[in-house]
Amino acid sequence: MSKRKHLANFSLTTQLFALVVAMFGFGFALVPLYDVFCQLLGIGGKTAAQATAVVEAPDLSREIVVEFVTTVNEGAPWEFRAEVAEMRVHPGKLYQATFFARNLTGQPLVGQAVPSVAPGQVAKYFRKTECFCFEQQSFFANEGRDMPVVFILDPEIPRHIDRITLSYTFFAIENLAGTVTGNPPGI
Amino acid sequence: MGPEYEATADQYQADDHDHHGAPSGIKRWLFSTNHKDIGTMYLVFSLLMFFVGGTMIMIVRAELFQPGLQFVDPAFFNQMTTMHGLVMVFGAIMPAFVGLANWMIPMMVGAPDMALPRMNNWSFWLLPVGFTFLVATLFMPGGAPAAGWTMYPPLVLQTGDAFPFLVFAVHILGASSIMGAINIIVTIMNMRAPKMTLLKMPLFVWTWFITAFLLLAAMPVFAGAVTMLLFDQYFGTHFFNAAGGGDPVMFQHIFWFFGHPEVYIMILPAFGIVSEIIPTFARKPLFGYNSMVYATASIAVLSFIVWAHHMFTVGMPLAAELFFMFSTMLIAVPTGVKVFNWIATMWRGSMTFETPMLFSLAFVFLFTIGGFSGLMLAITPVDFQYHDTYFVVAHFHYVLVPGSLFGIMAGVYYWLPKWTGHVVDEKLAKTHFWLSAIFVNITFFPQHFLGLAGMPRRIPDYSTQFADFNMMSSLGAFGFGLSQLLFVYIVYRTVKGGEKASSEVWDNPKGLEWTVPSPAPHHTFETAPELR
Amino acid sequence: MTNSSGFRLVGKITTLLGLMIIAPSAFADMVLNLRRGVTDISQTVYELHMLILWVCVVIAIVVFGVMIVSIVLHRRSRGAEAASFSHSTKAELIWTIIPVIILVWMAVPAAKTLVVMEDLRDSEMTIKITGYQWRWHYSYLGTEVDFFSTLARSSNIARQLRSGVDPFSVENYLLDVDKPLVVPVDTKIRLLITSSDVIHSWWMPSFAVKKDAIPGFINEVWFKANETGTFRGQCAELCGRGHGFMPIVVDVLSQQDYAAWIDAKDRGETVAMVDSTADTTAEAPAAARELSGEELYNISCGACHQANGQGLPPAFPGLVDSAVVDGPVAEHIDIVMNGRVGTAMVGFSTQLSDAELAAIISYERNAWGLNSGDTVQASDIAAAR
Repeated sequence: MSKRKHLANFSLTTQLFALVVAMFGFGFALVPLYDVFCQLLGIGGKTAAQATAVVEAPDLSREIVVEFVTTVNEGAPWEFRAEVAEMRVHPGKLYQATFFARNLTGQPLVGQAVPSVAPGQVAKYFRKTECFCFEQQSFFANEGRDMPVVFILDPEIPRHIDRITLSYTFFAIENLAGTVTGNPPGI
Repeated sequence: MGPEYEATADQYQADDHDHHGAPSGIKRWLFSTNHKDIGTMYLVFSLLMFFVGGTMIMIVRAELFQPGLQFVDPAFFNQMTTMHGLVMVFGAIMPAFVGLANWMIPMMVGAPDMALPRMNNWSFWLLPVGFTFLVATLFMPGGAPAAGWTMYPPLVLQTGDAFPFLVFAVHILGASSIMGAINIIVTIMNMRAPKMTLLKMPLFVWTWFITAFLLLAAMPVFAGAVTMLLFDQYFGTHFFNAAGGGDPVMFQHIFWFFGHPEVYIMILPAFGIVSEIIPTFARKPLFGYNSMVYATASIAVLSFIVWAHHMFTVGMPLAAELFFMFSTMLIAVPTGVKVFNWIATMWRGSMTFETPMLFSLAFVFLFTIGGFSGLMLAITPVDFQYHDTYFVVAHFHYVLVPGSLFGIMAGVYYWLPKWTGHVVDEKLAKTHFWLSAIFVNITFFPQHFLGLAGMPRRIPDYSTQFADFNMMSSLGAFGFGLSQLLFVYIVYRTVKGGEKASSEVWDNPKGLEWTVPSPAPHHTFETAPELR
Repeated sequence: MTNSSGFRLVGKITTLLGLMIIAPSAFADMVLNLRRGVTDISQTVYELHMLILWVCVVIAIVVFGVMIVSIVLHRRSRGAEAASFSHSTKAELIWTIIPVIILVWMAVPAAKTLVVMEDLRDSEMTIKITGYQWRWHYSYLGTEVDFFSTLARSSNIARQLRSGVDPFSVENYLLDVDKPLVVPVDTKIRLLITSSDVIHSWWMPSFAVKKDAIPGFINEVWFKANETGTFRGQCAELCGRGHGFMPIVVDVLSQQDYAAWIDAKDRGETVAMVDSTADTTAEAPAAARELSGEELYNISCGACHQANGQGLPPAFPGLVDSAVVDGPVAEHIDIVMNGRVGTAMVGFSTQLSDAELAAIISYERNAWGLNSGDTVQASDIAAAR
């Protein structure tokens, strides 16, 4: 093979490898991209992970039912429920809902509540000024306590929405729980 | 402007002038940089993997022969379906196409070898390494991966010790196919004979050229996805874990961003093979050469914007469901163009039905049936009923078995005389064809009915109402599996001996590969052929 | 193959072929096809399915027809001479444009159906469905009613590896549960679907509802059944070893019957009318008696810890050499009832009775050569609740 051909092969191969590296990077770039799409389209119904500042401007002409549901992940030993099953709310007005969680074990535990809203596309209209889901929650052995969520529905919420579900799933954070208890996990 | 590649290469006319033949012994294979030897190794390896994956599915079909669990534990059943998918996709179909590419592309474009022969050696030898890791997982605590070849988290994170080996194997196999793809692109771009312009290349070369770009774009994304899985499992990241702000559905998006192009990676080269064979046996040039190239390219481009049709049930917004439905339906158009062009090629031809042609005709017929069920699956509201049922299993097996696999078989029967210098025993080969064609339908056609009647896929046991069709399907699968032993025998016999093949082998086939003697000498086109 | 199933197979094929020859339209109503279902949506979906199917059949007849004619006529053995044409822009345009028109024509009704499916307005009640490995949990929002729905005992016994029970002797084999989901007829019901562990998928073919249950996320979907009756479906997303064994059964009751049922359930009563159908009607011989600790263990624990107690390490540890099974009884009871944080071990306190839990724990402590001699009583469990 001539030297020129060698050079041409080398440069094309290099370019193609660069493309491969770029596509590998693109795979990871899909992660933040996905979040952007989720927020735009409301995939997964993720609400903002931090408190948002809001101004109250109640729209008394509309009433929307907000349901609260709870799930404990992997059958972990928590009691976790909403104090009320549902509330009727006006968009643009602040409301507080209370959830109750109890550690059913004799050891300290750490949990993280993950919010999800259905239908997904209303997630961006669901604002929270205060939520126990913003950070991990530590519980002493057998401790139970009320945890508040303060929320407001953006008055811009689409007209056809008459019912919203706010769901929390409680995940046990195992590695932290391990360090808190000092008990080695594993049977 | 059709490809007018009638070569005047006469350097092989007299005698085999091979001045440096193949080295002998194990070294010939271990250190080979010869595209023909490496092509052979790819093909033999893929045949081996075809039987490994086939054995696994025989276990599955034996368990599904009757309702109730007779032979294996459901956990092992899941390992078998998962490994069957991984082995067939990454071990049988893809390496077989790379093997055919290795053998044929240099000969078809008039190049002496692949552009990067040493990388060629490396990309092959990574395969056995990768599969050693993958198959070794069967003997690890917790067993082989059992979360399906799609590896959805969180389920895949319940895999035992096999998990890091699964990820590592995928990385190695991915690296192998990426290097193979790069080699093919560089060969096609830089190694073509003078006057072999892009639009004169045989369609097999074209389809592989486009496939190689699909590989380069899709495989690294897949490698990224499994890397994220690995990080989630061992390094405390939360890419796919809701507790840390991740989303398991995101894995599905990333996976199918790779996975849908992967589907076309496994079918486009078969399109190319069939586009070589039908003109030869219809004795008529391929109809609509240019539109075939454009159709292939548009299928490839579209394949990157349809991925979410694999996951309509995850709960997408209406707008996304509509978009992915429309884009998926759109793929039917270029696919249809290809089928119409094949039929137009046959029309008013002078057809004969040697084994490669029989496999190609079965390909057109049965792949189109798979295309129809694909169109049905594209309709989102109805897909909610089909999704994850045996209807889907029937669909993708129709495009992969009588599609990709029959394409490969057609190619092997077409070129085997060129490789070995011996004519294939037509009687045996036709027996193999008819057995395969009949059993493949007995296996997969009833699965449409099972899916529509409500049988989910990937279940080790089923309700009694599904018993009859499952029994039929199992019988078909056993028959199909056994028939493939005949294929091995035919290939073995042809390699060992038989009637001498002429350099043209068939009746006036077109293409540079037919201008070299049969068997093709160890080195071909060391001086570029002159095209008219 | 047993004789009877062999006959069934032959019989089926004969019927099939016969029907396809005599009455091609009849096969639309056989089990070969999608079911029409009992909701407006499922019927629309069925019609869409049939429309696309027939469009495909017509295209197939045309395309394969041309191909077969060509294969028959244009063969060398008939002396056909090959023509030499190799392209035609007109033909290419025709077979690009016509499919586009057909596709657009099919896309319109499909899009319309999709819009209706996604319209959750004016739903009259909400039920939350949670997928577990490997059972479903139903919770009626706004009431105290919630329960697990698990594979019926008769099926569960028959489906064990080499159980010796003929699946054909089990009524609704693998499609029956202990407690079905009960809903009223003619009511728009909204389902909230999520999961507690891995991804599952709640599929009810008769309602054309299939939605994934994803841990940490909530999905919604609705249906409105037009007929009363019992409808059966299955989990449709691979969720591990027990994926094939978590069926879904929905009892659609008249609105009066439903009101009575939910009232009684809300007061904590068991309602014989519905709750016990699975276990009384599907009396497989083996299910007629109390199950032993070993049988209960195989059904509830064996999936992960294995019948031989060796487990599937590392995800599912073995019990044979476990410090828990060999250690203090109280801790053993605690883990079986409440599960273990951060592992796949879920708590069984809500899913099994005191007696069943006691039987399992006693079995575990004495099986596989452990022979501790400990016996746990139902009262011990009750005390630990």
